[in-house]
Parts: sequence; structure tokens; C-alpha cells
Amino acid sequence: MTQTQLQSAGVVCWACGAEHGPGAPLCPSCNKVQPPVAGADYFAALGLPRLLQIDIAALEKQFYKLSRRLHPDLYATSAPEQQQWSTEQSSLLNDAYRTLKDPVDRTRYLLQLEGASIEGESEKDRAAAKASGKAREQKVPPDLLEEVFELNMQLEELRMGGDDPDLKQQLQSARNGFTQQLGACDTQLQQLWRRWDLAWEAKDESGKSAAKDQLVALLNRRNYIRNLVRDVNEALGE
Amino acid sequence: MAERERIVGIDLGTTNSLVAYMEADGPVIIPSEDGTRLVPSVVALTEDGAAVGNAARKTLVERPQDAVYSAKRLMGRGVEDVREELKLFPFRLAQNIQPGDVLRLKLRDRELTPPEISAYILQQLKRNAERYFGGPITKAVVTVPAYFNDAQRQATKDAGRIAGLEVLRLVNEPTAAALAYGLDRNHEGTVAVYDFGGGTFDVSILKLSDGIFEVIATSGDTHLGGDDLDNLLLTVALDDIAGEMKIDVRQSGEAVQRLRSAVIDAKIELSSQEEATIDITLPGDEPYRRTITREQFEQLAEPVLQRTAGPVRQALKDAGITPEQIDEVVLVGGSTRIPRVRALVDDLFRLSARGKQPHTELNPDEVVALGAAVQAHILSGGSVATEDMLLLDVTPLSLGIEALGGVVAKIIQRNSTVPASATEHFTTGLEGQTNVAIHVVQGERELAADCRSLARFDLTGIPPMAAGLPRIEVKFLIDANGILHVSAREQRSGKESEIEVKPTYGLTDDQVETMILESFDYAEDDFRKRQAIEARLEAEKLLELVDKAPKHPAWKQLDAIEIANIAETKSALEKLKNSDDYKAIRTSMEALDKATRRFAELQLDDAVSSAIRGQTMTEAGDHIGDGPTAPHPFAPAEIEER
Repeated sequence: MTQTQLQSAGVVCWACGAEHGPGAPLCPSCNKVQPPVAGADYFAALGLPRLLQIDIAALEKQFYKLSRRLHPDLYATSAPEQQQWSTEQSSLLNDAYRTLKDPVDRTRYLLQLEGASIEGESEKDRAAAKASGKAREQKVPPDLLEEVFELNMQLEELRMGGDDPDLKQQLQSARNGFTQQLGACDTQLQQLWRRWDLAWEAKDESGKSAAKDQLVALLNRRNYIRNLVRDVNEALGE
Repeated sequence: MAERERIVGIDLGTTNSLVAYMEADGPVIIPSEDGTRLVPSVVALTEDGAAVGNAARKTLVERPQDAVYSAKRLMGRGVEDVREELKLFPFRLAQNIQPGDVLRLKLRDRELTPPEISAYILQQLKRNAERYFGGPITKAVVTVPAYFNDAQRQATKDAGRIAGLEVLRLVNEPTAAALAYGLDRNHEGTVAVYDFGGGTFDVSILKLSDGIFEVIATSGDTHLGGDDLDNLLLTVALDDIAGEMKIDVRQSGEAVQRLRSAVIDAKIELSSQEEATIDITLPGDEPYRRTITREQFEQLAEPVLQRTAGPVRQALKDAGITPEQIDEVVLVGGSTRIPRVRALVDDLFRLSARGKQPHTELNPDEVVALGAAVQAHILSGGSVATEDMLLLDVTPLSLGIEALGGVVAKIIQRNSTVPASATEHFTTGLEGQTNVAIHVVQGERELAADCRSLARFDLTGIPPMAAGLPRIEVKFLIDANGILHVSAREQRSGKESEIEVKPTYGLTDDQVETMILESFDYAEDDFRKRQAIEARLEAEKLLELVDKAPKHPAWKQLDAIEIANIAETKSALEKLKNSDDYKAIRTSMEALDKATRRFAELQLDDAVSSAIRGQTMTEAGDHIGDGPTAPHPFAPAEIEER
């Protein structure tokens, strides 16, 4: 369903008969659950604009407030249809809250909504990679090429049965280096959020597009480093 | 305003079950007819029908093959899951159970599935509540271990349906306990519930804020409980007896049962005493006596108790907090009375080091049922006492689908707030393929084979298209009970795909329907048996009277045909009276009644003329009382035909 179709249709509340805008989980007049609408997104579910800088405490408050109105407990003795709506609207709300409260999940979700894709991200890709035994086909961030090459050599040595304490120490220090880089990614992430939010508010399409590209690159990089850290931890048995 | 329908809260436990209700001034446990609050989760089949609780315990000791306990351990499980269980518990499985079948247990002359056994317990609790209120109860909130998987939850819901109860909500036991404690609403902050019961262990971490009970993480073990400690003590005692006394009592179900109840008593005593003595008489009048010190018990129990530490650490890790960040700890379940368990909890959460004590104000055996009653009250619309109270629970296990090579693609992570959903897209691999098989699993392991198989779906009726072209959207939704629902749509053709859900370990809807009908049949069976007993007693009374008849003067007035007729119908009734067919007994009684009718009339005439001749009424009465009178005293009982 397109945006214009959504907006053209007003909705009449089943409970109180008041007319309200489409897509709202609750009737603004009587606060009863409304039938779910196809294509509702997580930001809309929490009544938020598509901005990335979110006040987590306010988000939790909003989540609790909506839960008090939408949760199936409130419709346990209602008609089956309303129970079903409440279950679906609640699941959307819960999924939305879970996704948006996490910085990385939130960014990834927004990028997806905005039509960007991130490599090797889906669970299916991950599972397929695991099943085929092939390495995840991810591009190595150019500035990391040298470090990654060396790290892979060390990992291979360890897997071949190397029990050299020096080797372990090298790996640990490499891991610590990458963990630091992860932290740097998170700082950068917040800067990019700001860039996106400003462009979004100014309706600056080219600014949005630029921020989007940078966010995708950053998440790919972050993902890559995170996988490296995990591989080293696994190899070290930690 | 119409009175709201009463919704009760039920704790369907491994060892004991309870029913509770929220009265105006707080939740109360509804007692059984005999005044006890705990109904032992024991079901026995006797010649008078099913017995539950204390009534079934006698059968458990005398005829262990006719009774079953701890059946909760088998809920939602397959034959290949319960091998270990069968070594420790006297469950007797029916023959020919195939992997993937719902288990069936042999009990007396019947085969029952675990949900049917649980249904007997639920029915008993329902009856207790109905007696208490003097009206029907049809709706309930039932608690389950937080770590129960989809199949175990579904099995619990099925048990409710079979028992004639609509289960409005399955509530996780530790969460229910938190609700019971949270009623005063002064609680804010982070709470851990350590729930160590008869057969299951759960730990949940909740954030309490302004009446919202938000579960952040939960973990546990559905096969870890006080039962395991009983089995350890029992094994020691049995080895002891076999070794020192050279008696193998393992073959005697009755002796093992009595020994089991003796070690349970000892275990309980060791929570308050430094030592306890097992003192019973074995078959052959051999006395067995052994003293166990608390230290010995603790050494024995330690490996079992330590198994609760793993889930506690996992839950803390999943919640992203340290033990020091837990503000309060609530102890639930009878096993938390064990001093060593309390010490372990103290250590795990660093309680005394922080000058804290765990909450034990509410009886650990009752707190879950009380919480279920609170939740039932919230569902029925609530009141000032529960206003603003809302429970946000999580799914304990990740949900995944089997991908290429048997690996699991997780689609809903564990500890996600429920209801939760995930949408996945599938396509075909072959030209013109019209169905796609999907395997849904639950668990944390990487390979589907290591997870719990929940269901296999067949997406059928896909319009034939080139390989990879159909786009089938499948929506997985875990509801507030933690139960999975699946729906699918083929997006290119807009056609709703048909899904046939085949639960891997559950009962199908049809099977549950059949069981509901069967339970009516058996209820009728029990009714029939009662009727037969009553009819037999009346028939015996009638036959006794007919036996005396020839001594009466009136007898002489009967002709040969009448006497032959009486003899014939009498012998027919004598043959029939011991059958269970109460209708046949009644019909036969009527025939004999008809055959003796003229005799009864003659007898009455005789009595009346005797009275005229100057006999006292008392004597006449005696005579009348001696023989059948008209109208006959043995008119058929009023029986409602079904």
C-alpha cells in the first residue's frame, strides 16, 4: 500500500464510532485498539519521526504508556477479533521497542526502511554461510587489510595446534586493538545520527542520501570488526 | 451491573497444585473439601473412577501401577526425550509409541496422555473452586515454568480444554510470584525470582516500574527440582538395602513408594533439623533404619543445587547486569526451604554482603497460585488494587527455522517481550514447485537437530511459477502465552497459502476434541458405575423379599404359571445384578416386580383383612413390611437419559 492510499482513507473506530486518521494503533477518542494496518513501521508504532537520536528514557515511557492500552491482558475477555488485533498491535509495539532501543538495530532498521542494504546482515545469509562452510563474503575495509592479513595468519597458526604463549599474546593484543576500533565505530555512529537527523529535519534529500551511505559503510565496517573479534575469541577459547 | 465472571488462578505444579482467587482484600488459596490447600499432583484410577490428590496417594502406595505423579515432567515431550526420566520415575509408557508421538502412559486399564492426566488435576481444582463459590467456573489463568517451550505450553493449554477450562492466559511461574509480591506496589527496581520447585527450576529478572512488571531475562531448566533430590536419597537407601540387607526392593513398587515418601519426609526434616532418620518396615517385616545428617545430605545434593547457578548467571548476562544490581530476590518453590539453597542464592546474588535478605514472606508453595489469582483479576478487568498493574513477559527460548544444511536461522531471539513476531520470505527451488516445507525449532543451539523441533509446516497451493519467483511471506507470531502462531501469504499472486501445521510433539486440535469427548465418555462411565452399584443394592433387597415370599400365606393363592414366572424372572435378575449395566439391572427388576405384582396385591389384601379380624396395625405393618407392597418400594430411580 502506498503512502497516498493510506492517507486518503479515514478510519471509523469500531468501539466509539469516532473518525480518526489511518494507521493509529489506538483510537484517539476512546483509546481502544484498532485493526492493524499493513506496512506499519516501527517508528510509527511508537509515534516517532524517523530520527536516529532517541532519548531512551522517553522511549521507555512511551512504550509503557502504549503497552497499558494495547496489551492482550486488557482484551482477555473481549471478542476474539479484538484479542487478535491487540496481539498483533502489541507484537508490533514490542518488536518496535526492542529494535529502536538498541543503537545498532535502530540504525540498521532505519537504513532498511530507507532502502539501503547491509552486507551479510540477515540471519539467512549468516546461516547459509555457516552451512556452506564458506567465509562470509564481506569486503575488508581497505584500511584494515594489512592487520586482517596478519591476524588471519596468526589464527591459522593457532588452529594448526600452535601453543606458543607469544602467539596467544599477539592475538589478545590484536583483539584489544579491534575492540577499541569497535568503540570508535560507536562514537562515529552517533555523529552520523546527528547528520541524518539534521538532513531529515531540513528535508535535505542529498544530505539524507549522503548520511545513509556513510551509515551503511560504518555498519559494514563495524560488522566486520565484530566478526573478527568473535573469531579471535573463539580461537582463544574465550 | 452484571457480576463479572469469576476467573481463578491455578498453579499446576509438578508435586502439588493449587487454585486461588482474588478476593476484595487480596488473593486467597481455595481449600479442598478436606480443608487442605495443596492438592498433590497425583492421579489414580480406581474402580470408582479417577481420584486426584490426597485421595490418590493411597492408591499410589498400594497399587503404584494405578497411579501417576510428576506427570508434568512429561508434558509436551516425545519418547526420545524422556529416556532419562524413565530411569528415575515409575512412568509406565504404553507400547508402540513412535518418535514424534504424544506420550501415552499406562494407568490401570487405560492409556492416558500427559495432558489428560493434568486435566484430571485441573478438574479437581475446578471442582474445589465450584464448591467454594457455589457456581460454575469455566475460565482460569494457569501458570507454567518460565522455561517451558512451545510444546509444553500448548500441552498445558490442551489440558485446560480437556478439563473444561478456558485458559485465558498462561503465566510464567516466577513472574506470577513477582506479581503476588508486587501487590503492595512499593516495589521499584530490579528483582530476581529464584524458583526452585518440585520438578522445574526458573530464574527471572524483572524491572518493576510504576506497576509495570517487565521481565528482562529468564532462564531455567525444566527438569531440575526437588524430585531430583528425592531420587538421590532414594538411590542411596535402595543401594543401602541391597548392599547391607541383601534385599532388592526395586521390584516391589509398593516398597519403593513407601521408601520414597520416607526419604521425602527426611529431606523436609533436614531443612530444620541437623539430622533425620528414615525408619520403615520392608517386605518380609524387615526393619530399615538409617540416619542422615544435614552435612551428608548437602554433599549429596550439591551437584544438583549447583545446576541452578548456570541459569542464574545466564539470566544476569542476558539482562546485562551484575548480581550487585539486583535490588531484591524473591524465593519461590518448596526446595528454597533447604538451607543450602538459601546459602547458594545468597552467594549468587551477594545478598548478605550487601546487607540484604531474600523475600520469603509469602509461603513459597503458595505464592505462584496467589500471583496467578492476581493476574486472573487483572484479566477480568481489575480493580483499584490492580489498577495500572501490567505484566510484560518474554519468550524464554529463541525461535528459528531450519535453513540449508540443517543450521538454524534465528528469527525471534530469546528474552524478546511477547507478543513478538517475525516475518520471513521463502521461495521455491524448482520450476513449478507448489509447496515448500518449513521446519520451525526452538532453542539456542546452532544445529536444528540440537534444538527443540516445534512444527513442520507445508506451504501448499503455491501457484506454479519459475523457480525462485514465488515470494511467500510467512509471519511467525508468539502470543502473550508464549505460544507460536503461523500465517502465510504468497505475495506475487496475492494468494493466501494454506498452512498445515503439524506440531512435532503436540496434540492436534482433532485429538484434543476427541479427548474432550472421551473425558465426557469416562465421566459417563463413572456415572454408570455408580448407577450400577445403586441398582445392585436395590436388586439384592428385592431378591431378599422374593426369597421370603413363599413363607407368606398369600403365596398359596398363586397358580403354577405365576410361580414359574417369578422363578424365571428372579433367576434372571440374580444373574444380571453383578453386571455394570445398570439399565439391564433395572429392566430385570421391573420384570420381577411385574411378576410379583399379584402376589403383592394378595399380600396387601391379606394384611387388610387381618386388620379387620382384629390384628393390630403394627402387626399388619410388620407383615406389609415383610413383603413387596403396592406401590412397590423399588420403583426405578429417576435417571436422566443423556
